[in-house]
Amino acid sequence: MSAFPHLVRRERASLSATVLAPLAALAIATLLNLALYAVMGKSPGAVFHAMLLEPFLSWASFSEVLLKMGPLLLIAQGLAIGFRAKVFNIGAEGQFILGAIFASALPVWYPEATGGWIWPAMLLSGAIGGALWAAITAFWRVRLNANEILVSLMLSLVATQVLNYLLLGPWKDPAGFNFPQSVMFQYDAMVPILIDGTRVNWSFPLTILLSLAAYVFMQKSFMGYKLQVGGLAPRAAGYAGFSEGRAIWLSLLIGGFAAGLAGAAEVAGPLGQLQRSISTGYGYAAIIVAYLGGLHPLGIIVSALVMAAIYIGGDNAMVSAELPIAAVRVFQGSLLIAYLIAVAFIRYRLEWPKAADRRPA
Amino acid sequence: MNAVDFILSGMLAAATPFLLAALGELVVERAGVLNLGVEGLMALGAVIAFIVVYHGGGHMLAFAAAGLASVLLSLVFALVALGFRANQVATGLAIGILGQGLSALFGKTYESLTVKGLPKLALPGLSDLPVIGGLFVQDVVVWLSLLLTLMIWAGFAFSKTGLVLRAVGENPKAAHAIGYPVIAVRVAAIAFGGLLAGFAGAYASVVYTPLWADGMIAGRGWIAIALVVFGTWLTGRIFLGACLFGAVSLMSLAAQATGVELPSQFLSSLPYLVTIIVLGIISANKRLLKLNGVASLGEPFER
Amino acid sequence: MTPPLLSLRGLSKSYGQIRANQGIDLDVAERSIHAILGENGAGKSTLMKLIYGVETPDEGTVTWQGAPIRLTSPAEARRQGIGMVFQHFSLFETLTVVENIALVVPGKKRELIERVRTLGRDFGLEVDPLADVHALSVGERQRVEIIRCLMTDPKLIILDEPTSVLPPQSVEKLFETLKRLREGGVSILFISHKLEEIRAICDRATILRAGRVTGHVDPREHDAHDLARMMIGRDMPEITPAASVETGEKRLELIGLDHRPDDPFAVALKRVTLEVKAGEILGIAGISGNGQAELSAIISGETRLGREARDRIFMMGQDVGRLDAAARRRLGFAFVPEDRLGRGAVPELSLVLNGLLTAHPLGLLKQGLIDRAGAKAFAETCIRDFDVRTPGPEAEAGALSGGNLQKFIVGREIMLAPKLLFVAQPTWGVDIGAATAIRQRLIALRNAGMAILVVSEEIEELFEICDRIQVLHAGELSPSLVTRETRVEEIGRYMIGAQPAGHGTATSPAEVSA
Repeated sequence: MSAFPHLVRRERASLSATVLAPLAALAIATLLNLALYAVMGKSPGAVFHAMLLEPFLSWASFSEVLLKMGPLLLIAQGLAIGFRAKVFNIGAEGQFILGAIFASALPVWYPEATGGWIWPAMLLSGAIGGALWAAITAFWRVRLNANEILVSLMLSLVATQVLNYLLLGPWKDPAGFNFPQSVMFQYDAMVPILIDGTRVNWSFPLTILLSLAAYVFMQKSFMGYKLQVGGLAPRAAGYAGFSEGRAIWLSLLIGGFAAGLAGAAEVAGPLGQLQRSISTGYGYAAIIVAYLGGLHPLGIIVSALVMAAIYIGGDNAMVSAELPIAAVRVFQGSLLIAYLIAVAFIRYRLEWPKAADRRPA
Repeated sequence: MNAVDFILSGMLAAATPFLLAALGELVVERAGVLNLGVEGLMALGAVIAFIVVYHGGGHMLAFAAAGLASVLLSLVFALVALGFRANQVATGLAIGILGQGLSALFGKTYESLTVKGLPKLALPGLSDLPVIGGLFVQDVVVWLSLLLTLMIWAGFAFSKTGLVLRAVGENPKAAHAIGYPVIAVRVAAIAFGGLLAGFAGAYASVVYTPLWADGMIAGRGWIAIALVVFGTWLTGRIFLGACLFGAVSLMSLAAQATGVELPSQFLSSLPYLVTIIVLGIISANKRLLKLNGVASLGEPFER
Repeated sequence: MTPPLLSLRGLSKSYGQIRANQGIDLDVAERSIHAILGENGAGKSTLMKLIYGVETPDEGTVTWQGAPIRLTSPAEARRQGIGMVFQHFSLFETLTVVENIALVVPGKKRELIERVRTLGRDFGLEVDPLADVHALSVGERQRVEIIRCLMTDPKLIILDEPTSVLPPQSVEKLFETLKRLREGGVSILFISHKLEEIRAICDRATILRAGRVTGHVDPREHDAHDLARMMIGRDMPEITPAASVETGEKRLELIGLDHRPDDPFAVALKRVTLEVKAGEILGIAGISGNGQAELSAIISGETRLGREARDRIFMMGQDVGRLDAAARRRLGFAFVPEDRLGRGAVPELSLVLNGLLTAHPLGLLKQGLIDRAGAKAFAETCIRDFDVRTPGPEAEAGALSGGNLQKFIVGREIMLAPKLLFVAQPTWGVDIGAATAIRQRLIALRNAGMAILVVSEEIEELFEICDRIQVLHAGELSPSLVTRETRVEEIGRYMIGAQPAGHGTATSPAEVSA
């Protein structure tokens, strides 16, 4: 039995492993992927430089990283709250799209409207749209006992079709040469730029502020504690009288709200219109961001930055090293796998077979 | 050809990717493991099969290669989820993302290319029947899938292997106590699930719609997972569910053929909407799920 | 003299820091019933796992029929002729009896069915081979386990606490079976912590304390005092039924409650009627698996009932049928559940945060935020007052021993100063010293006017602390029996359903107990 090394449970969680796990995962995933690029005939050195260094080397590209970080951070914070309660909302992609649609309704229907209230109203309406889309999943789970993973994912696939319908039909820009996109939004429907000369806007500090709120909620508040108990030991939550249904509703509504807000900030920010390609898989990438940050609000800030850099770096590598953009998805997937392996060492240590355990030859 | 004929003759072929993947997931879940990476396993199988056929390797080799690739990826799942006792949901999602990424990466240069599918084989006599005759004209993979369905049903009903699988899924601690290697049984089940997911992907890309497009699996892996719930972990019901989804996925084509005025996006969403609705109906019956469900599903086994 | 059937020398096994077995020596003779005696946590179960090959020893040798062997798996042990009947059964609920047997015994289904019937007749172990296991009673499941074990033709059978799941009458029947097996040439390793049983049936006894052997004796030559001294290092604590005190108002009342759970494997409750007044302890006797889990969850509010629950459950005089667990706690209800890890406590959280689980209304929150200092002080007080052995309040609940965690949970619930305290299986897995302390505490609380409901499998425990006892069998509750006026045999009759449970339910429990 003991011929293989096996995991032995630690007396208590290892703090150093908690900090080291994401770093080790990043290192391992990087090495594996560079090896893969080498096999594909790309220069690993060039890809490494383009993908992981370049995003940080110029203010121009770093500001793009910050821009990309916004939606990832926001969605991941919302998802992490649910994941800690073991409510697996993996439909953030759909909630993001619905947020974008709800936010776009205002400028699409009232393209002439003016006033400083428009973009905040759009952000709010987007967040509500995302929360409403997530509410369907919550209802299905709480009232019909349906698995939230499957329902939320299916709803994401439906959301994509809703978006397509709008862009090919009623919301198509009449002057848009038949492209599947809406009209360009008016000036007041855009979130004001924060740093001149970049595309970073005021939604970024808002995102950081909400991250801090998530920190207080999850680490300090009793409500956050209740959610955690529900995730760690559902029967203990039932025993203490913490309502499971309420935890599911709260988790999904927060997740949907955050993803919807991210979707709104995207159309009212860098895009300036509703398009088919509003999301490049943010909803799925945010799952990885959430885990990589240890489901901890502060850890997620760091992991969102890393993931955003990989996005921007992937674009760089596509241009400079002719790396297919799909390589970014491979990198993301392997990063999560490496992390899930590394994280085992927080609670376990590896024990090698002792001499006494071996059969006498 | 009217819509009914169209759906009847195409249903089984359309159902086959769902069926194969769901049967694989059934075996995995019966052993107590939840592998949510089916979509990625299918995508990987699909691209590998397509590449093999495109370069003249033939369908047999394509299925073998697709199966092998997906087995390897599913073993990564086994390593992480069982070996390192990671959360099975997160691990499944990671495998899904990785599989889809690899399929996009490998398939990059084959985008929109086509290959030749497989010929249909008619069952003599039955295929001449009116109305339902179309049901009996199918390619060889469909026939083999039906045979496999029967074998899996019989395996669970009568074989020792099926018994051991159910025992490990219901109560791994007890299975361990009476001497069954729980982890080995689960790894084998996961590999089998990987194999069938690979076949399912291969069928989708080189037989059913023999062309390559990134994202062509289009949620079918997820629907296969839902099918296992719909079928309440019973082989026969999973088969019926797969047929239903085969028919639903043909509906959009049929509707266009008959000139029904509905937005095409609504028809494309139909399989997903049906999944959501049926999932709600079946899951609301908690007793039924509990009666047929797998007690240790998704829980890591630790001695 | 013939060599012993099984001989252990210097067997040791550690789990991390815990040394479960140290240098165990043991000889089991042919055709003998050999007891392994020890209290909870003495290392009995670990030793059995080593002999059955579930675990492998760190050190030591095993000799079987004169030859050294290495037992690396249960399959290997079975090949050698060692069988085991587990305390928490290793049966599969969704499979039939014969399918369960087929997992261990090779052969055609039809032959297996026939052999099950024959063995059942020969050894008094009748059971329907085609029944689903989830439909069987606990006693029947034990028979299945024994049959399954016998079908591998063992020379040695290990029985882990076999009587803990049996009513007194069935214990006699089991002993008959064991004696017949011994006559048939089988040796039995009989694990127990019940001294009288061992004196009644065993030829030899090996006594374990804290992982070490403290004696090899002939139990028939020693009285219970001697055995107890070897087992716990002193005499067994005196059992003196507590004198009753003046009772006050009704704090809990269930009136003809019916409940069919969502879970098809759970037990349905039928016309359950009981009441607990201030200043008394009501005990619910019965073998686990007869509806105890369902009844606890309904009383605690963890199982939410529908409209049918109106006017069925009252706490402190209020209809609580539709109230959730939190609302019931706000009325002054506290509860110690039978499973500690994962229900009574969250294994991954510290004792500080586990205290918060139910003690948060004691001013441990400030505007919705957790008062860390307050929570820590609470946990420290609980650890001190209830003698919880732990490195400190930041230790994870999962790192505590079962007994210490139980003390923490009992302490936490008592510190809530409830009007109504419900304790399920107060001393499961707790050592004798701590068990005695918990029981005395409960009696003291009753004397101070608390209403207490106790569910327990241990009849002796109920006789020691309860004013009244009701027996739960197959989801039905017997009428209330006044402890001073009843005897173990009467309780036993209700436990096997020999006395119709419905008998006397026409009168209200108040009249019966008056």
